[in-house]
Amino acid sequence: METPYQNHIDKEDFDHVYEPAEDSFLLIDALEKDLQYLKARNPTFCLEVGSGSGVVITAFGMAFPGTFCMSTDINYKACVMSQSTANHNKVSLDAVNMNLIDSFTDNIFDVILFNPPYVVTESEECGGKDITASWAGGVKGREVTDKLLDMIPKKLTHNGTFYLLLIEENIPDEVAAIMSALGFKFETIIKRKVRNEQQLVMKFYR
Amino acid sequence: MKLITHNMLTSKCIKGVLTGYPLAINATDVKVTEVDYNPDFLSRVIPKLDWEVLWTAANSIGHGEGLPKAVEPKFEENEEFLKKAHKVLLEVEVEEGYLTCPESGRQFPISKGIPNMLLTEAEVQ
Ligand SMILES: C[S@@+](CC[C@H](N)C(=O)[O-])C[C@H]1O[C@@H](n2cnc3c(N)ncnc32)[C@H](O)[C@@H]1O
Repeated sequence: METPYQNHIDKEDFDHVYEPAEDSFLLIDALEKDLQYLKARNPTFCLEVGSGSGVVITAFGMAFPGTFCMSTDINYKACVMSQSTANHNKVSLDAVNMNLIDSFTDNIFDVILFNPPYVVTESEECGGKDITASWAGGVKGREVTDKLLDMIPKKLTHNGTFYLLLIEENIPDEVAAIMSALGFKFETIIKRKVRNEQQLVMKFYR
Repeated sequence: MKLITHNMLTSKCIKGVLTGYPLAINATDVKVTEVDYNPDFLSRVIPKLDWEVLWTAANSIGHGEGLPKAVEPKFEENEEFLKKAHKVLLEVEVEEGYLTCPESGRQFPISKGIPNMLLTEAEVQ
């Protein structure tokens, strides 16, 4: 998969929007590893939750010209940046300023991607709409992620696939147990140690 | 916001709202950008849409001309129809305006093409 062009972004805008980092690229690498699987499914709709700068969903859109891409972010400035990253790379994307996937109808997405705010913090830090929302994950770094997990069964099509980035502190085994209880199988696609952080991407499907 | 996305948006998560669908569109600025025509994509996507909602939405922003009210059988073979659907779904975009919940009347502003669907904690179920 190609890395999207990003030179259109004014560096100062990263004071307000999550700057693409190792985790962003690990998620892209996970998708690349799963490319054959995804191509075989010929997805119609792909959604990235919390798209930030938009590099991940734009990379997806470049690899899948026959898929319509959508993104949400709780941070309006992130939505604007995602939209412009997609436009600069000629990817047809619609960005919506939304909490998780609250305002979408059921059973539409063939692929859902999420690189969540995963840092373990106090609960109070979590739930903002600015740059803190890009990292503050509350208890176990999972407060935002867990809310999304509950909605996945309804919003994903029956054959759909959900890709989630986690770190070791998020207790991936617990996430796997939650998703199993919701009727999903899972696999860890890729792992990488970044400084002191063990990052991984899990895939869930029925 | 393209009309393909509008077809999938609801305000159901507002307290007391049952379906919140479809959202009414009030547009003050609509633009049309060229997007690559992909008949295979259209054939896959059209059966998944609520066509009546698309038809109403297109008409409400002045882009419904020539769009049939229902999808005919074998629509995949009708290039004229597919081209119209392509334009309405992917090329027409609401840049500025707002969406309105059909039940509660709550408005959701659209600015720079991005709908703001955020609700306060007190508003959600
Ligand atoms: C770790 S950043 C990832 C950004 C981008 N996807 C990437 O990989 O570079 C997490 C993103 O999730 C967004 N976010 C946090 N809470 C959210 C919520 N409740 N609903 C939607 N987006 C949220 C943040 O604003 C931020 O853009």
